[in-house]
Amino acid sequence: MPNVISCIFGWNELDRAAVGILGAGQRLAKDLNGKHCVLLVGMAPATVLDELSYLADSVHVADHPLLGKYHSETTLAGLVQACRSINPHIVLLGNDTYSQELAPRLAHRLGGSAAGDALSLRIEGGIVLITRPVYGGKAQATVALRRAPAVIWIRARAQEPAQRQDQRAEVSPVALSLQADERIRIVSQQTEARNGAVRLEDARFIVSGGRGLGGPEPFKQLQDLAKAMGAEMAASRAACDAGWVPATWQVGQTGKKVAPELYLAIALSGASQHLMGIADAKVIAAINTDPDAPIFGHCRFGMVEDYRNVVGLLQKKLLEMRK
Amino acid sequence: MNILVCLKQILDPEIPPRDFRVDAEKLEAQRGAAGLVMNIFCANALETALQFRERVGGKITALSFGDETAEEVLRKALALRVDNAVLVTQDFPSDTEKKSRRAEPMLVSRVLAAAARRLGDFDLILVGREAGDWGEGQTGGLLAEELGWPCVSFAEQLEQSVSDPKILQVRRQTENGVEVLEAASPLVVTVTNHEHNVPRIPKTRDVMMAYRQPLTRCSLAELALEASASASVAAEVVALTVPQKESHCEFVAGETLEERVTVFAERIIAVMRSA
Repeated sequence: MPNVISCIFGWNELDRAAVGILGAGQRLAKDLNGKHCVLLVGMAPATVLDELSYLADSVHVADHPLLGKYHSETTLAGLVQACRSINPHIVLLGNDTYSQELAPRLAHRLGGSAAGDALSLRIEGGIVLITRPVYGGKAQATVALRRAPAVIWIRARAQEPAQRQDQRAEVSPVALSLQADERIRIVSQQTEARNGAVRLEDARFIVSGGRGLGGPEPFKQLQDLAKAMGAEMAASRAACDAGWVPATWQVGQTGKKVAPELYLAIALSGASQHLMGIADAKVIAAINTDPDAPIFGHCRFGMVEDYRNVVGLLQKKLLEMRK
Repeated sequence: MNILVCLKQILDPEIPPRDFRVDAEKLEAQRGAAGLVMNIFCANALETALQFRERVGGKITALSFGDETAEEVLRKALALRVDNAVLVTQDFPSDTEKKSRRAEPMLVSRVLAAAARRLGDFDLILVGREAGDWGEGQTGGLLAEELGWPCVSFAEQLEQSVSDPKILQVRRQTENGVEVLEAASPLVVTVTNHEHNVPRIPKTRDVMMAYRQPLTRCSLAELALEASASASVAAEVVALTVPQKESHCEFVAGETLEERVTVFAERIIAVMRSA
């Protein structure tokens, strides 16, 4: 029976991304008449293990003192051993930066194939086919992963969550033999400063600024607006590259992929590479001086104005209305 | 420090979506009037290498695997004063089974690894985090696997360790923020864009000079990789389409700016309340 592994990392909670991976794994396993195996790398509280046991056919816990913290080489080695012990047909990972760097290397070591940024997944004749954006979001490719195991990192938050199963799956440990890899040593890990309590990927409302703001100063104004809305801040690549705001604010093809209820783009033209990062936003709204800016092609509503005339006033109105 | 930088030539990603067409037969973008450019993250990697050489010295070899046209990105690298440039030409056999000419990452990394072994003793290989055409983001990791080296991804800055010249200090972006790592060479590093590695512009004089400098050419046969090039594809592109989007942006109406902003604010509140 073909095994589909959904790979979850223990240092994350069972968030929207995790249940999305599990959902995709569950559906693929069903279509393959296979078994859905959850591979938990690292530790998780008993409540999470219990929850996982209802979302899969088996739960495998790969825990080891060296897996408490992400280390590219040891985490990869642990993942390879754990996958080999399960003998998978498909391995699914999320689209966090760790999964992105692990997936191709994992595929190489398992002798399989790899593809990433999968938007949708399906089975055809026992082979998994995925769609993924290419050419900076201007086109979409369908990729057939012909060599098993197929290691795929997916747009986790865009996937339907896993359904709770009636039967409780067995939870078993994976025996690992790992050694510290001295070739890479972690000197420091700085968690990015956030405006609010949530990660950008999980934010419900986002205010984002682009090249049109012209410098770091106007972003302060946008931050005030975001505060008034209870929104997180983001930016286009141009604004990050210019050093106006931290690189961690970047949304797009090579930045964060966000999925908010509302994405308010200000003085941001909307290059296809940026749009790739906001494809999962429910509502996009924009303020831009150029009526032909591509961003308007993706907006539910918009305003053709100079942001300088709008932002302060908008903040005032929003505060009044929210009272 | 002996540095290898891998550079990919791609279709200019800045072409507007309205001019973008795909060839459904060849399963690639139509060239049209678009130019061919150095992939931006490769340019970031090259800039990182140049800055590193300025600080600690060493040699830079630029390597590209692609069509004959990829000579251009190597000439540009020479104009930016890399020490050597090597082009491995993508002389694919005419394979009827394989529709797409796209070289898959598993093959690319095998070619780059073979070229790296052939060219010398490198301490550090820099690649871009991904390319603006297929955006696979696999080459760096796979190259590390081919060579049996460790890999650091999404690096934004590179320094030499003060205590040991064989140790590199890499600042890299992660899911949660920024991480500083110390890594022993040899090492593969994938480079992401950052305010400190914005590519420099070559001097006109150096651009002219670059065309007179030697450029080494190498075929897959010379790397004994002909068989790999025609081997079955692990992950194959089977369809390529331009997604059709329908959009109807409602531009808020109102006599005065204040009225328009009020309507805009009401729409925002409505979305936030229904969320």
